[in-house]
Amino acid sequence: MKLHYEVAGDDFTRAGEASGAVKATLKRLGFPADVIRRVAIAMYEGEINMVIHADGGVADVEIEPDRILVTLTDRGPGIPDVEKAMQEGFSTAPENVRNLGFGAGMGLPNIKRYTDDLKIDTEIGKGTCIRMTINVPS
Amino acid sequence: MTIADVQKILKAELVCGGDLSAEVHNACGSDMMSDVLAFVKDQSVLLSGLVNTQVIRTAEMMDMLCVIFVRGKEPTAEMIELAKEFDIVLMKTPLRMFNACGLLYENGLRGGDGI
Ligand SMILES: Nc1ncnc2c1ncn2[C@@H]1O[C@H](COP(=O)(O)OP(=O)(O)OP(=O)(O)O)[C@@H](O)[C@H]1O
Ligand SMILES: [Mg+2]
Repeated sequence: MKLHYEVAGDDFTRAGEASGAVKATLKRLGFPADVIRRVAIAMYEGEINMVIHADGGVADVEIEPDRILVTLTDRGPGIPDVEKAMQEGFSTAPENVRNLGFGAGMGLPNIKRYTDDLKIDTEIGKGTCIRMTINVPS
Repeated sequence: MTIADVQKILKAELVCGGDLSAEVHNACGSDMMSDVLAFVKDQSVLLSGLVNTQVIRTAEMMDMLCVIFVRGKEPTAEMIELAKEFDIVLMKTPLRMFNACGLLYENGLRGGDGI
């Protein structure tokens, strides 16, 4: 099954709708609770990142019996130093984002923690593509 | 303890909800949502002083049962709608974060990290 979502960059209150919809779908399909939660949290962090750092983007989700693949693509500013961005506590989020409860610099490390594979392709001024895979234990 | 016990201990006002007889063992208190999302340990209660829809979404992503707003913070109509959709209990307490967490800890709730 393939799902596609547009993630609006100008509506913070709706950020997370795509992740929520994927979570509901996985639940309906009967995936294990632990797998669903890992997909939901990792995708939610990525979706929030697209909204607060990249003015939105698109989410593509492939659901297979043995793995779930989430691809988040944006045309934002790109990430200058991915290694640094992966460190816990590193954030370039401005004060107004912190006041919204984000900008702890925990999102990317969380994504890494909850996924089995994570690939980040990014180019300054062009955008970022994040591919995450969660395996379903048999 | 049950969610009803939590309400009593915190002298909290019920905003909307759900099943107050549900048993809860672990809780988490934070205003930073990615901090909450970092440690999944079957926490079922979230205490926060932050008021926006992402608090409810974060609780839903973590399969939490109850969100408590500290310092008398009022959730918005949109947040209440979302909580109802997700079947999450919302409460508000006049207590500040430290005291609210302390009282729940004293009464047996834990952080889920084995301490
Ligand atoms: N899609 C993106 N486009 C551009 N920059 C990004 C993107 N995602 C992350 N970043 C950069 O990487 C940094 C670290 O991201 P991470 O998600 O770990 O933390 P954060 O979003 O700043 O805070 P938190 O996730 O705790 O709310 C961000 O501050 C930002 O500079
Ligand atoms: Mg982030």
